[in-house]
Amino acid sequence: MAQVLIRNLNKKFEEVHAVKDVNLEIRDKEFVVLVGPSGCGKTTTLRMVAGLESITSGQVLIGDTVVNALPPMDRDIAMVFQNYALYPHMSVYDNMAFGLKMRKFKREEIDRRVKDAAEILGIQSHLKRKPRQLSGGQRQRVALGRAIVRHPQVFLFDEPLSNLDAKLRVQMRVELKKIHDRLGTTAIYVTHDQVEAMTLGDRVVVMKDGVVQQVGEPLELYNSPANRFVAGFIGSPAMNFATVRLHEADGSLWAQGDGVKIEVPAAIAARLRRYAGEEVAMGVRPEDLRVATDQDGAGLSVEAIVEVVEKLGSEILLDVQVGRSTMVAAVEPTVPAKRHDRLRLALNPERLHFFDRASEAAI
Amino acid sequence: MIEGAKWRRWLFFYVPLGAFILFLLFPFYWMVVTTFRPDAELYRPWMAPNYTPFWTLHPTLAHVKYLLGETLFSRWMLNTLVISIAATAISLFCGLLAGYALSRLDFPFAGSLGTGIFVTYLVPQTLLFIPLADIIRNFRLGDTPWSLILTYPTFLIPFCTWLLMGYFKAIPKELEECARIDGATRWKAMVYIIFPIAVPGILSAGIFAFTLSWNEFIYALVFLSSPEQKTVSVGVTSELIRGDVFFWGALMAGALLGSIPVAVIYSFFVEHYVAGLTGSVKG
Repeated sequence: MAQVLIRNLNKKFEEVHAVKDVNLEIRDKEFVVLVGPSGCGKTTTLRMVAGLESITSGQVLIGDTVVNALPPMDRDIAMVFQNYALYPHMSVYDNMAFGLKMRKFKREEIDRRVKDAAEILGIQSHLKRKPRQLSGGQRQRVALGRAIVRHPQVFLFDEPLSNLDAKLRVQMRVELKKIHDRLGTTAIYVTHDQVEAMTLGDRVVVMKDGVVQQVGEPLELYNSPANRFVAGFIGSPAMNFATVRLHEADGSLWAQGDGVKIEVPAAIAARLRRYAGEEVAMGVRPEDLRVATDQDGAGLSVEAIVEVVEKLGSEILLDVQVGRSTMVAAVEPTVPAKRHDRLRLALNPERLHFFDRASEAAI
Repeated sequence: MIEGAKWRRWLFFYVPLGAFILFLLFPFYWMVVTTFRPDAELYRPWMAPNYTPFWTLHPTLAHVKYLLGETLFSRWMLNTLVISIAATAISLFCGLLAGYALSRLDFPFAGSLGTGIFVTYLVPQTLLFIPLADIIRNFRLGDTPWSLILTYPTFLIPFCTWLLMGYFKAIPKELEECARIDGATRWKAMVYIIFPIAVPGILSAGIFAFTLSWNEFIYALVFLSSPEQKTVSVGVTSELIRGDVFFWGALMAGALLGSIPVAVIYSFFVEHYVAGLTGSVKG
């Protein structure tokens, strides 16, 4: 029983309104990831849940208790920091035992819990070492262990993997997921890395400028982004955007822009019709572009000039020029494209996204 | 290290280093030689044929014996030790709390208060002893160790506060935040986490404060008058310079013996002390 409720949460620093009217319901046992560019208010939100930052207005509830006025120690949470925050003068064992000692647990209970956590994390043999004798990955494990031994109601993670190298980060990501599946503790995880967000989160909260942009399951964010920011932020390489003008001709809706002339599929056309005669932003993901064949109609493809070929092995990323704008297409590794080649790229009609030019909201 | 040919390393590293060491250690060497030199050699004119300024052929312990037997030197040592330890303890305690508060707690005027404390450190002792003398007289503390134990902190506390403030600022905030989430109150987080990490800084502040008190001259000269209350720095200079007669041998013996405790403390804590000055917190 440890859902976390955030109601109309606001944080104002002297000049900056860092968090604006955030509302979130984090269910029991759920793993929720807050993601966004730096300065979007995600860490501030987490720190307000932890009690390390005062709340300007709004409420935070952990379980059924309003915790606004409670000090961090009484909120029954555990937090893992980006720089691990291990106590450098204590051994790994004492680092993990510190929280339990502060809470006056019995010596045997502390010992049992520390050893259990050490086993889960595979750091049994390092218990007597000091933090400075450990590698980055091991330190991160100790920091996790320190959170686990407490059996808290909620885990808070503040970019815990950003100090690790790329390979270790992927490995720890998987382990984090396993640990969460095993312990089932509610977790709030802050990151700026959208891959981490997509892989770890049961649900992902995308934030920008202190405002929640969209809350949803990873694929929901990917397939139907609520606005242009989410569309561009989630997914790597990022979604391609082109400005197009919508107009009706021959009984169907056309999107025409610089180097682009596409017949909008009937399924989407219905909700786009009221924008006829106006400019909108059209988005298409790199993997929804492929080299056109003879069967592809002219109405669903664009003329492109290859500028850069990035061979990744499993696929090729083509940086192409379409009209005056550039796009990225992820194509089969067998495509024999070279620099300066001219080719036609076909679009997947079901996976086109359109956004209002002014509000940037999805249409 | 200097790269390149051997002569380059000698020319740019060992020779300047040697010269520097010679320059720094020469006064101590002079002190040692003078201490063990018999009076006959001490007052020999420089054009005498057997004039040997840099060594002595007849070392003697006469000056040391005189110093320990005929003067109150051991009493002065004890006075200095008690006063220095007490003043250091008071200053370190206040400096720790003030440094922590100024670097970690967010309260109104914290910044200007920090600057204010620093400014008090800049007031020269040679000015401050005048009003302090009045205070000491009003509290009837003159010619007691308390006159120094209570006045030394006027320059030691600002010093300790600033040194420790810098050190506390270098300790990542997350350590304390983590401790507070782990279940420690701010006080416990300070005592169990911040202070142990700051040990090198605290040691440096303590050593510095101790040295400053040990070497202090002007307050001790002004506030103490009877010979048995004096500290080493004042005792040696006031009792061994009588009128225009300098008892050079005994003076230098006093200086030598007086600098031993400080040298011992420094060498004992040298590693922590260097770490404290460079302010490194190993993660």
